[in-house]
Amino acid sequence: MSKPAIDALNLQISRLGNASSLHTQGRSVRKEVEEARESIASVAGCGPSEIIFTGSGTEANNLAIKGFYWKQQRSHPERNIIIISAFEHHAVMDPVEWLEAHEGAHVIQIPVTSQGVIDLEALAEIVEVNRAKIAVIAVMHSNNEVGTVQPIAEVVRIAAGIPVHTDAVQSFGKIDFNFDSLGVTSATISAHKVGGPLGVAALILQRGIDITPILHGGGQERDIRSGTLNAPAIVSFAAAAKDAEINRGARYSSIRELRTYLIEALQAKISDIRVNGDVEPALPGIANITFPGTESDGLLLLLDAEGIACSTGSACSAGVPQASHVLLAMGISERDARSSLRFSLGVSNTRSEIDHLASVIGSVVERSRAAQARH
Amino acid sequence: MKVIAAMSGGVDSAVAAARAVEAGHEVIGVHLALSSNPQKYRSGARGCCTIEDSHDARRAADVIGIPFYIWDMAEEFHDEVVENFMSEYAAGRTPNPCLRCNEKIKFAAVLDRARALGFDAVVTGHYAQMRETELGRTMHRAEDPGKDQSYVLAVLNKEQLDGAIFPLGDTYKEEVRKEAKRRGLYVANKPDSHDICFVPSGNNAGWLHDRLGSETGPIVDENGEKLGEHQGAYTYTIGQRRGLNLTVPAEGGAPRYVLKIEPKSNTVVVGSHEALAVSEIEGERAIWCGPRPESATSYRGFAQVRAHGSPLPCTYSTDGQAISVVLDEPLYGLATGQGLVIYDGDRVVGSATINATA
Repeated sequence: MSKPAIDALNLQISRLGNASSLHTQGRSVRKEVEEARESIASVAGCGPSEIIFTGSGTEANNLAIKGFYWKQQRSHPERNIIIISAFEHHAVMDPVEWLEAHEGAHVIQIPVTSQGVIDLEALAEIVEVNRAKIAVIAVMHSNNEVGTVQPIAEVVRIAAGIPVHTDAVQSFGKIDFNFDSLGVTSATISAHKVGGPLGVAALILQRGIDITPILHGGGQERDIRSGTLNAPAIVSFAAAAKDAEINRGARYSSIRELRTYLIEALQAKISDIRVNGDVEPALPGIANITFPGTESDGLLLLLDAEGIACSTGSACSAGVPQASHVLLAMGISERDARSSLRFSLGVSNTRSEIDHLASVIGSVVERSRAAQARH
Repeated sequence: MKVIAAMSGGVDSAVAAARAVEAGHEVIGVHLALSSNPQKYRSGARGCCTIEDSHDARRAADVIGIPFYIWDMAEEFHDEVVENFMSEYAAGRTPNPCLRCNEKIKFAAVLDRARALGFDAVVTGHYAQMRETELGRTMHRAEDPGKDQSYVLAVLNKEQLDGAIFPLGDTYKEEVRKEAKRRGLYVANKPDSHDICFVPSGNNAGWLHDRLGSETGPIVDENGEKLGEHQGAYTYTIGQRRGLNLTVPAEGGAPRYVLKIEPKSNTVVVGSHEALAVSEIEGERAIWCGPRPESATSYRGFAQVRAHGSPLPCTYSTDGQAISVVLDEPLYGLATGQGLVIYDGDRVVGSATINATA
């Protein structure tokens, strides 16, 4: 967490109060929450009333997807098509699959190019053929595994009135993201990705748009999301967002530079590596790399033992490693997807850490290749 | 040493991992995912293929303070253990999948991978003891006779055993549970698993029935006279008496037992208890856990033919590939496909797969 976010949380957590209460203490908490809402809105480029606080990015994505789908179904039962990119985060992919399995939704995936960007021509064709039957389109603002930024403004233009939701959890605070200028109907942002606390996020929903709620109760957030507001976390979220925005340009350049240093250092040691989704614009710190002939679980284990943290695709509920659906969607073979690692660099990373990685990667890759050969 | 602790999510492997850390090894916990779809083989919370078990294993690793990973062995497990289990039954034999899993997965696929990644050995919660004797490094029965698992480990050759560490062999199960509690391991009271891990209900016959289909066929006596119908030959086991539903009563009303299963003619042969008697056993695919006995020499020892069976006094000999056993006293009911394990006192000499009895 960033220092301003920690300070804000520490201060607020000692002033417990319910922002919905009418007494003096409640009003004071309410004031802090509304100021936080305004400052997050100014960073996100939206109106304060467009921010609906939630408990997580997953909740915000579920609220948007299900909320739009159910709302549309009510007035236009024929609108049962949901369009998503083929490499959405599970927080979008899974609610969509759930609607398909339980609520009669029909899902169409937008193909992704080998560069890690959605195919706009394919989207235009899908929309043209199905226009009257589409409930919502969801495309992530930037991909969390390969870092590529998606052409959301183009998606909105093609949608021409159909609701467009974007999961901007990875982008908010790190790269240019402006709700109003993108023209999307809704977007998800989350505190912990900008140096804020866990357990608070927001759905940004255009003023005047109504969606069906998931949680029913006190109606605290525009009657669309119920539940007592997590006031200390919200105030801390705002502090983190402000801090991220102030430092965004400088951080972007230094992290991007570090990423180039990382890729060059790895290329010098392992000549046949491939960088997946290596295009601009992109998130500054994500380097997704295929080490041919290895297995990523083995690489991860050996690097972890060297004090180097990295990630593989994802795991099922039992923790069994799976080939990344993102890389598979980009047309990368299952075998290469299972030989890929994701390094996520942030402001706290240093060149000497990368030098350490470069000094061990040769033997790590060699051992992993030996293990793979016996597998 | 740098070691991999195979952690099932149960109490034994958790304590074994903790003891390996205390012994000064550099330990990494690994849970083997034996089904890529945890619901594929079983739905309950017992055994080794569930979400709950992988979480329990992870939690135990956290308490012990070691790194933890999940290794996907589903493909190997399916190919080497599950497929073999089905094809053996379809061929009229009765396999033991736990032996197969130890031989082909835990101390082969896992050990190989561990060695390639730079580790020296695999630690498991099995109850057996490795000792340095004048014969070299040899495997022996566990202290706790109720938990002894040397039988299911007798499929490991010397090279595999050199990469195996069994920290629990000198301890009674009751003590292991107490130790788990002392160490703050939440799995201390988790019940033991008994069934075949990939058969959810414990109902082998039903599981096989679903996968191999069930063609009805004749149940005949030793002279070939038809006595009834069966519901799929492989769902019967040698020595089985109940559930035969014979329509022709035996002379004198003596009970009848399954003597033989003939998959080719889809026939189940039944007969008297005396006809089940076995005095000679032949095993193929011999594996030696220590020094290989001399060929063309007869030895006195004990034969064990079931995981929890008694050691049977016997005379045995080998040509290196096969093991021949003559039992002192006959045994009633023995299926081919089962593991034949030879002991010299409490030392495991080796094992073979039973292919003929007389």
